[in-house]
Amino acid sequence: MKEVLLILLSATLVNNFVLTRFLGVCPFMGVSQRLETAVGMAMAVTYVLTLTSAATWMLNAYILVPLSAEHLRLMAFIVLIAVVVQMTEILVRHFMPALHRAMGLFLPLITTNCAVLGVTLLNVGEQLGFMAATVQGFGASLGFGLVLIVFAGLRDRLDGCDVPEAFKGTPIALITAGIMAMAFLGFDGMGR
Amino acid sequence: MEMISALIVMGALCLSGGLALAWAARKFAGNENALVVQIEELLPQTQCAQCGYPGCKPYAEAIVAGEADINQCQPGGERVVKALGQLLGADYRPPAKVAEKPMVAFIREAECIGCTLCIKACPVDCIIGAPKQMHTVITADCTGCTLCIPPCPVNCIDMEMLPPRWQPERP
Repeated sequence: MKEVLLILLSATLVNNFVLTRFLGVCPFMGVSQRLETAVGMAMAVTYVLTLTSAATWMLNAYILVPLSAEHLRLMAFIVLIAVVVQMTEILVRHFMPALHRAMGLFLPLITTNCAVLGVTLLNVGEQLGFMAATVQGFGASLGFGLVLIVFAGLRDRLDGCDVPEAFKGTPIALITAGIMAMAFLGFDGMGR
Repeated sequence: MEMISALIVMGALCLSGGLALAWAARKFAGNENALVVQIEELLPQTQCAQCGYPGCKPYAEAIVAGEADINQCQPGGERVVKALGQLLGADYRPPAKVAEKPMVAFIREAECIGCTLCIKACPVDCIIGAPKQMHTVITADCTGCTLCIPPCPVNCIDMEMLPPRWQPERP
């Protein structure tokens, strides 16, 4: 139990995938313009990442390893992630049409969110068990969501600030993200 | 040998994934109707047609189809635009073509013949009267939709600016 909590904390804060491993920076910059879409994206990523962590672990352990086809891991994981994301999109469109409309293009774009592929490959690389891999995926998505929502709030405030002309828009957002990454360095060394 | 097994593994994976998706897409087809219902519940149901569509449901369908913007509902005004924006994740924009002063219908009562045709046309039921009796408009409830003007056989309905509300003078 303690180990599980440790993995969760580590993936969420200490080794935050966006700010210390620099995975998934594209949606981090792209979807953080409005708080509502950021929350929707965070929820979608949480769902997809947890599910793919479990699914790719099973794919790796029960299909790829027994057939000694580990060299196909990258390709097979991409296919599986695409299937899971597409399935999610179909289900969301059916059961929550308003949310589907609000998320629009962001939902299928999770397929190309490198945090998803990165987490699943890291899970295999670290040779985690099924439970640990799922928890790591959940923790990583929690960290992603936390950083995304906090960043969206910061950008909301930046809109009302008197930013020099040359820094308006993306430049000041990138500087803010850098300062956030430095702040997250403060968690380094925790949970070792 | 290794290449063949790799081909089989990837082929089987892609095929099963594709089949699962095809089945799911057919089973859980797009549920646009639910969204139309959700949007329609936010609209004021005056059926006034000021948005350019024959009523609230056709307008909701047009929004779902992507033909209409969310700010075309006149009686709904700002409140409906905000609610629709929240539901659909669209940015707020001011309601389209806001009349500078709200227009309301007035019946020239001396000319009214009491035919009740305008009463039937009024979507918000704000015209009172009875057959062969003079009709009048409850100004406070009139949305200014002009739907009562075409049916009037004697053409005694005008659209007029609402007189400014009387305000007590500051001492």
